[in-house]
Amino acid sequence: MENYIIEMLNITKEFPGIKANDNITLNLKKGEVHALLGENGAGKSTLMSVLFGLYQPEKGEIRKNGEVVKVNNPNDANALGIGMVHQHFKLVEIFTVLENIILGVEPNKMGFLQKQEAREKVVELSERYGLKINPDAVIEDISVGMQQRVEILKMLYRDNEILIFDEPTAVLTPQEITELLKIMREFANEGKSILFITHKLNEIMEAADRCTVLRKGKYIGTVNVKESNKEELSKMMVGRDVNFKVDKEDAKPKDVVLSVKNMTVPSKHHKNNAVKNVSLDVRAGEIVCLAGIEGNGQSEFVYALTGLEKMIGGSITLSGKDITNASVRERSVAGLSHIPEDRHKHGLVLEYSLEQNMVLQRYWQPEFQKNGFIKFDAVREYSEKLIDQYDVRSGQGPITTVRSMSGGNQQKAIISREIDKDHDLLIAVQPTRGLDVGAIEYIHKQLVARRDAGKGVLLVSLELDEVMNVSDRILVMYEGEIVGELDPKKSTVQELGLYMSGAKRNTKKEIDNAG
Amino acid sequence: MQDKKRVSQKNKYSIKNITKGSGFSAFSSALLAIALGLIFGFVIMLFANPGSAFKGFNYILTGGLSRFGNVLYFATPILMTGLAVGFAFRMGLFNIGASGQYTMGMFFALYVGFMWDLPTGIHWIVAILAGMLGGMIWGFIPGIFKALLNVNEVITSIMFNYIGMYFVDMWIRSNSTMYISTMSRTNYVPLSAQIPSLGVEGSNVNFGIIFAVILGIVLYIVLEKTTFGYELKATGFNKHAADYAGMKGKRNIVLTMIIAGGLAGLGGAFLILSPSGIAGSSMTYEPVNIIAANGFNGIAVALLGNSHPIGIIFSSFFISHIQRGGSLANLVGYKPEIIDVVIAVIIYFSAFAMIMNAALGRFIRKYITHKEVEVPVIEPDASEEIKKEAE
Repeated sequence: MENYIIEMLNITKEFPGIKANDNITLNLKKGEVHALLGENGAGKSTLMSVLFGLYQPEKGEIRKNGEVVKVNNPNDANALGIGMVHQHFKLVEIFTVLENIILGVEPNKMGFLQKQEAREKVVELSERYGLKINPDAVIEDISVGMQQRVEILKMLYRDNEILIFDEPTAVLTPQEITELLKIMREFANEGKSILFITHKLNEIMEAADRCTVLRKGKYIGTVNVKESNKEELSKMMVGRDVNFKVDKEDAKPKDVVLSVKNMTVPSKHHKNNAVKNVSLDVRAGEIVCLAGIEGNGQSEFVYALTGLEKMIGGSITLSGKDITNASVRERSVAGLSHIPEDRHKHGLVLEYSLEQNMVLQRYWQPEFQKNGFIKFDAVREYSEKLIDQYDVRSGQGPITTVRSMSGGNQQKAIISREIDKDHDLLIAVQPTRGLDVGAIEYIHKQLVARRDAGKGVLLVSLELDEVMNVSDRILVMYEGEIVGELDPKKSTVQELGLYMSGAKRNTKKEIDNAG
Repeated sequence: MQDKKRVSQKNKYSIKNITKGSGFSAFSSALLAIALGLIFGFVIMLFANPGSAFKGFNYILTGGLSRFGNVLYFATPILMTGLAVGFAFRMGLFNIGASGQYTMGMFFALYVGFMWDLPTGIHWIVAILAGMLGGMIWGFIPGIFKALLNVNEVITSIMFNYIGMYFVDMWIRSNSTMYISTMSRTNYVPLSAQIPSLGVEGSNVNFGIIFAVILGIVLYIVLEKTTFGYELKATGFNKHAADYAGMKGKRNIVLTMIIAGGLAGLGGAFLILSPSGIAGSSMTYEPVNIIAANGFNGIAVALLGNSHPIGIIFSSFFISHIQRGGSLANLVGYKPEIIDVVIAVIIYFSAFAMIMNAALGRFIRKYITHKEVEVPVIEPDASEEIKKEAE
C-alpha cells in the first residue's frame, strides 16, 4: 500500500448516451506532480470535475488518505484541501487582487471585513513562492499571467494541499511557462500534490513525475515520466503514431499576394491604437506567421485585414488590387479566405446545419441560388462533396446541427469551406486552438498544401510549436507593432519568447532590411 | 457516406427522430404551455367562483366553436401583429412596436378609405396597401435608428407606439369626414373601401383572414427557401458570423423592420376595413389615447407560435378562440378580466415550457423507445468515435 493522498477508484460518469468516464482509476501520491493527458473529449475535465465536486459519479469512490470521502460540491472539495485553477479564470474583473483572493473566505469580525489580516497572509504567500502580484491592482488591468498567479494564490490562501491545474500554460509566454513549471515543482517538493491537465507533451516531460493517460473516456495507463518518452505518451493518447514534425519542403515564394502598408487600427479597450503602423508582405507560396502573446494586436490586425473592423490609417493591396475600403464580401470575392480565431463567434452559425454552414460564404452565388431562392439540391451536393473530401465527421451528415459536432470537426468544416473557395490568400487565425493532436496534424498538412498550391498563407498563432514548425517566416507582434522578423530554421524558441515578451526588438530599419 | 444516408432514411419516421426534430419540440412545448395554462386557469376560476367553474371553463374551451366566424375575424389582426413580431424576432430584433405600426396602418387605411374616391373593387385594395405603407414607415424609423446609430429597437419602438397613437388620435379628431365627435368614434368606412365579407352568418369574418393566412405561408417560404431568409436567420442566430460572411447586416435590419412594420400595418387595415354584421356599417376606431392591445397580443401570439409563421397562424387562432369563449364565461358570472388572466398564464407558461420541453422529449425517447436515448450531449468528440468503433 503506497502512500496515496487521493485515490479515485473505478470512476464512471455517464451523460445521456455517453460514458464520459468509464471505470477510471487515478492515484495521486503526496508530493508529486501528476499529469493527466488526453485528447479533447477524452474525459480529463469530467474526471477533475468529479474530484472537485462539480459532478457526481455513477460508480466508483474517492478516497483521501485511504478513507472514503463524498465530494458533493466545490465547498466539500475545499474543505478536503482540494483547489483548482480553471482553464478560464474565475475572477471578479472589477475587484482587486486581494479581494479576489479572499472571496468566499473573507476574514471578518462581526461581519466587518479584516483586510489587513488578509493582506499580510497574501503578501507572505506571494513572497514565499515568488508569485509576484500587486494586491491592490484591479483584475481587469493586469496581465493574464498575473491573473493566473492570483488563481494560484487563491488556492494557497485556502491552505489547499491538492492543487488541480486545468491547462494552465495555454495563455502564457515561454518564459512564464518555465516559471510556472518551476513553481509547480516547488509546491511538490513542499509536500503538496499537483494534478496537471495538459496535452502538451514537452511540459509533462519537464515537470511531471507520473502521467495518467485517458482516451475516449477510458483509462489507458499510468507511466513514470522518467521511464517514458514523448512518442510513447502520444501513442497512448491518440492510439497511433503521431508525426510531430511537419513534413514540408523549403518554401518557394513568388509574387507578393498581400501587401499591408502602415496599418493603424484603434483599440476598443483602451485609448492607444491596437495596431500601430504595421507593414507586411505575404508572397504566394509561403507561410508567414504572425506570432505574439494574446492581446498584442493580432486579432485587430486580422479584423481590419478582413474588413470586420475599420482601420484609421494605411492601405491593403491583395493580388495587386487595392482593397483598403472594400467590404467583407468584396474582399472575399477578391481572393481572401479567412479561418477565424473564434469558430463559434465568427466561423459558424451553430444552430444551422452542416450544409447550411458549408455555403456560408457562397450561398449568394449563382451556383447555389436562383432569383433569391436557394438551390437546396446544389447545396446538399456541394456539402456532401466537401464532407467526403475533407473527412468531416458528424452524426447525420449534411443535416447535422453544427452545435452537436465536435470542435475538431467544426474546424474541419470551416477549413474545407475556406480552402475550397477561390482564394489567393488564406488567413488562418489560431486554426488549431483547442484541438487534439490528430486534428492539429491534419490542419498543418492542409496549410502546407495550400502553400504548395501557390497560395499565400498568413498564420496567426500563439502556439510556439506551431509557429516554429509550420511557418516559413515569423513576424513577432508586440503591443501593436512588429518587433522582429525571424527565420524559424535559424532561431530558437527562447529567442522567439524574448521578442514576444518585448524584451528584445529589432529596430524598424533592421526589419525593413530583412524584409 | 452512402451508409449514413441510408440510416437516416430508415429512421426518418421513428419516434426517436420525430421527438428530436425541432418541429416537434416547438409543437410539444406549445401544447404543454396550453395544457399547463388551462389547468392553472381552471384553478383560478375555481377560486373566483367555485360554483360555476366547470360551466365557465367549458365556455372557454368550446364557446369559440359556436362563433367560429368571429374567432377567425378576431384572429386576423393578432395573426398579423404576431407575424410582425415573430418575423423580426427571427432576425434577433424585438419589435415591441407592433402596436404603433398597427395603429399607423389603421390610420393610413382609414384615410384612403374616407378621403380618396376610387372605383369599387379597387378602393379597398388601395386602402389595404396604404395601411401596409403606414406600418412600413413606422417600422422603418426604429430600423434605421438601429442600423445607423445602434439605438436599441425596443426603446425606439416603444416610444413610437406612443408617438404613433397620439398622432393618429389627433389627426382623426381633427378630420370631420372621418370623425363623429358626438359619438367619439370614427364614421363607418364607405362600402367601396370595406373588405368583402366571407358571408358567414352572424360574424364579421372577411377576406382579411385569407390574406393573413396566405401572408403567413409566404413568410414561411421567405424564411426557409430564400437567400434573404437564410441571411435573416443567420443574423438572428449569430450576428458576428453574418458579418464574417459579408452579409449586409444594416440593410437587413432596416428591411426586416420595414417588412415587420408592413405586416402590422396590414393587421390594422384588415381590422378597420372590416364590414360589421349589420349591413352598411363597419368597424370603427375610438381615439381615446390608448395603445392598441392587438399589438401586444401579437407578442404573445409570436411567443406561443415559437416565431414560426405557420405556428403563429395556429397560435393566433387558438388565442382568438379562447378569447371568444372567455367572453361567454361572463354568462355564468365571470368577469371578462378572468379570461385575460388565463391567457396571460398560458403565455407565461410558454416561456418556460421551452425548457421543460427538452426534458419531455428525453422522457418520451427513454420510455417509449426502450432506452434508445439521445447520443452526444457533452463531449461529443468521444461519443462519435465510440459510435464509429461500434459500427
